[in-house]
Amino acid sequence: MSASERGWGGRRRQALISVLSWPPAQRKERTGNRNAEIMAGKPKLHYTNGRGKMESIRWLLAAAGVEFEEEFIETKEDLEKLRNDGSLLFQQVPMVEIDGMKMVQTRAILSYIAAKHNLYGKDLKERAWIDMYVEGTTDLMGMIMYLPFQPAEAKEKNLALIIERATARYFPAYEKVLKDHGHDYLVGNKLSWADIHLLEAILMAEECKPDILSAFPLLQAFKGRISNIPTIKKFLQPGSQRKPPADEKFIAHVKKIFNM
Amino acid sequence: MSGKPKLHYFNGRGRMESIRWLLAAAGVEFDECFLETRDDLLKLQKSGALLFQQVPMVEIDGMKMVQTRAIGNYIAAKYNLYGKDLKERALIDMYVEAIIDLDELLMMYALQPADKKEQYLANIVDKATNRYFPVYEKVLKDQGQDFLVGNQLSRADVQLLEALLMAEEYKSDILAKFPLLQSFKARISNVPTIKKFLQPGSQRKPPLQEKDLPKVMKIFNLGH
Repeated sequence: MSASERGWGGRRRQALISVLSWPPAQRKERTGNRNAEIMAGKPKLHYTNGRGKMESIRWLLAAAGVEFEEEFIETKEDLEKLRNDGSLLFQQVPMVEIDGMKMVQTRAILSYIAAKHNLYGKDLKERAWIDMYVEGTTDLMGMIMYLPFQPAEAKEKNLALIIERATARYFPAYEKVLKDHGHDYLVGNKLSWADIHLLEAILMAEECKPDILSAFPLLQAFKGRISNIPTIKKFLQPGSQRKPPADEKFIAHVKKIFNM
Repeated sequence: MSGKPKLHYFNGRGRMESIRWLLAAAGVEFDECFLETRDDLLKLQKSGALLFQQVPMVEIDGMKMVQTRAIGNYIAAKYNLYGKDLKERALIDMYVEAIIDLDELLMMYALQPADKKEQYLANIVDKATNRYFPVYEKVLKDQGQDFLVGNQLSRADVQLLEALLMAEEYKSDILAKFPLLQSFKARISNVPTIKKFLQPGSQRKPPLQEKDLPKVMKIFNLGH
């Protein structure tokens, strides 16, 4: 009997494949609950309807080909409700319901997804490099993310600092990594979380200054290459769950919800 | 192999302290190279040793590792302080990330202008006692075990102890309402490697003194 004849098409098969990639101890725990896992469904993201700290998580899930649902926090009351329900371990979002957990803390969530979907390297050392690279892009994207929340008179100065850091600190480091090993991907000659995160950072930086990659030919090629990966290409198309940059109106809305 | 890990930072806690704690708890001896002046940092930057021109930097296993979290992750995984599977790791990560948030709050106190310090301290105490400590107290209560995750010592325990002790430096009775955290503190402090680290003469660094702040700010070009 073929796999599909045995009823192993589509989601059941995908769920099994994903389970088989886990370490044995966890696999044993999960296969016993195969049907529960399938019924438990897609990860569910709790955040505002904007990029913020959740965007990197959306990118990673999308790149891994994982469908996910989103529940948007529209008002202060929505946030209070989540807090009062006991759903938020430290009273904060992002929160992602995944594999029976209510995960919080952006990096914890990202690490879990990366490891689960084989985007975290093959051993400890590859993981170390991925972590280092991701921390760099996190710092850069953090600066860009907080720009709209800075006082108006500091905006110009902060934007200049972002561009300086991007072109003098971060991009040269990644350009050199690609130059030194001549591979398509940052680590281990294979797509990892570091590549996905760097692409996200590049696109965000280009929104600040469209020609920001002009001195970095390898990053330009990298950008083209990673953007063409089917799952990522799909995420970059209109209609995906990728969020646009925040406008003035949305910033005001977010400030209200989070009491900023 | 390639010898002991070598830590590059200034002679104080800052972002390197949690790495010192982890290495010490794992029973790993390490050397330290202290940045004394801005020139020391510039020299290190020019040598190409710092991936993003920043410290902490730790020479370990043939790598010049940077980024505090990356270094912490590597040490924890290498020395079996990171749980036994993905889900334990996820819990450890969640607990540690929140502790890092609290540490950040504590660390930034020294940089507050004098007239903002009192209010800032009140905020620290509020977050510690209303947001963070109740979570760990509840974890310990719900599980009734000695450690936060998987019934064995992990990075989460080490970093929580570090945070508890630091918080007590700001308010000595900050654990008054948290009996399980108090016994946790005593218990983890008694783990032999940690007990050794807590004794005078270890590589544990004292809190930053006001008089040393200008020197640190000069090295890192802060406040310019």
